[in-house]
Amino acid sequence: MSDRLLVSTRKGLFTVLRNGGDWEISGVDFLGDNVTLTLTDPRDGKSYAALDHGHFGVKLHRSTANGWEEIPTPAYPPKPEGYQEKDFWGREINWTTSKIWALAAGGPNEPGTIWCGTLPGGLFRSNDHGQSWEIMRSLWDHPLRKKWNGGGADWPGIHSICVDPRNAKQVSVAVSTGGIWHTADGGKSWTQRGEGMRAEYMPPEQAHDPNAQDVHCLAQCRAAPQRMWVQHHNGIFVSSDEGKTFTEITGVEPSVFGFPVVVHPKEPDTAWFVPEIKDEKRIPREGKLAVTRTRDGGKNFDVLTKGLPQTHAYDVVYRHALALDEPGARLALGSTTGGLWVSEDQGDSWACVSHTLPPIYAVRFA
Amino acid sequence: MAKVVFTPNVQRHVGCPTAEAAGATVREVLEKVFADNPQARGYVLDDQAALRRHMTIFVDGQMIRDRARLADPVKDSSTIHVFQALSGG
Repeated sequence: MSDRLLVSTRKGLFTVLRNGGDWEISGVDFLGDNVTLTLTDPRDGKSYAALDHGHFGVKLHRSTANGWEEIPTPAYPPKPEGYQEKDFWGREINWTTSKIWALAAGGPNEPGTIWCGTLPGGLFRSNDHGQSWEIMRSLWDHPLRKKWNGGGADWPGIHSICVDPRNAKQVSVAVSTGGIWHTADGGKSWTQRGEGMRAEYMPPEQAHDPNAQDVHCLAQCRAAPQRMWVQHHNGIFVSSDEGKTFTEITGVEPSVFGFPVVVHPKEPDTAWFVPEIKDEKRIPREGKLAVTRTRDGGKNFDVLTKGLPQTHAYDVVYRHALALDEPGARLALGSTTGGLWVSEDQGDSWACVSHTLPPIYAVRFA
Repeated sequence: MAKVVFTPNVQRHVGCPTAEAAGATVREVLEKVFADNPQARGYVLDDQAALRRHMTIFVDGQMIRDRARLADPVKDSSTIHVFQALSGG
């Protein structure tokens, strides 16, 4: 079980350690800076931290024996002279990394391989621990990529990367907004997946267009990779065929809207979500922060609230701010209002680590 | 040679001492400075080598007009200030 958490916040990267049964903030790096995401590579223990300096752009850092070092940020190729590319609203899309939204380690047989998803929609791969990056041109140049749209952010972005534990050349990514994409050859070619998802914000004849699906988060079960869970803009969906087709889960209380989903590494029917009222009201219902958990593939859900604030709680939990540790025993939850909670019993009860942190963007066991 | 002065706010991220370089345009001068300080380049320019959206550059007190190509002319006696734009807020 993991005793260490990395918490990415608007004002720094906090390290939280388990100490005698309690979880305590033990240190902070990049204090004052906007840390948006981390990855700790289970193959070599190296950590990566994405920062957004606003004026000075997005940066990437890698841990060293003594701290952190800046490494190259994935960079888009030069836009051809005179080429214009406009988004849904007619705005020119700048081919420049405006956010690092996903970081994932490659397979056990490819040390140093790191995947990185970005806004405005580029997927990058490094084969040398982030020292250099290559954009996946076959996905970036795909005609359907140009139909991706910004969802909550201004530009479309890749926020979920699932490397198949059986074969690392099989990678699935999810886009907000652009559905789910899959490669079976390590990124050389890409096909769209996600039949069966439904977008209620589209006209009826386009509601089932896989490219129009606003996937908020995609999670794949490690022991049963055919099982994938999706938290979507207007629902929860589950797949039993590696994301080729999905079934909608309905009737979930208190709601089916939210951002994150995590799936148990060995039990494909067990997954956790953090519900908010709805897309136009992104707060917990009745001011009560809750986590929902299914143990039977979505037939039934437990509403888990013990230890979470149940009066006047307006915490929003972003897609990378719910984490499950490697054995599937401990969970951590971070909110936009600076609340951080840990559960050591799969969500049955929660202990508050802090409610005064800066806005939390990502929580990761490390 | 033109003198290039960087905002003090960037210094804690990457050292950008005041530099001197020759060139007829902002682009020519800056690229010479960044050749000696490549890490600083990404703090000022985006992936397309345009000026970052919330950065600004003054040449002898005048804000540059060509943020994409940085073609604004520079004199040998010019001072170039690379600053953060106060874009609001």
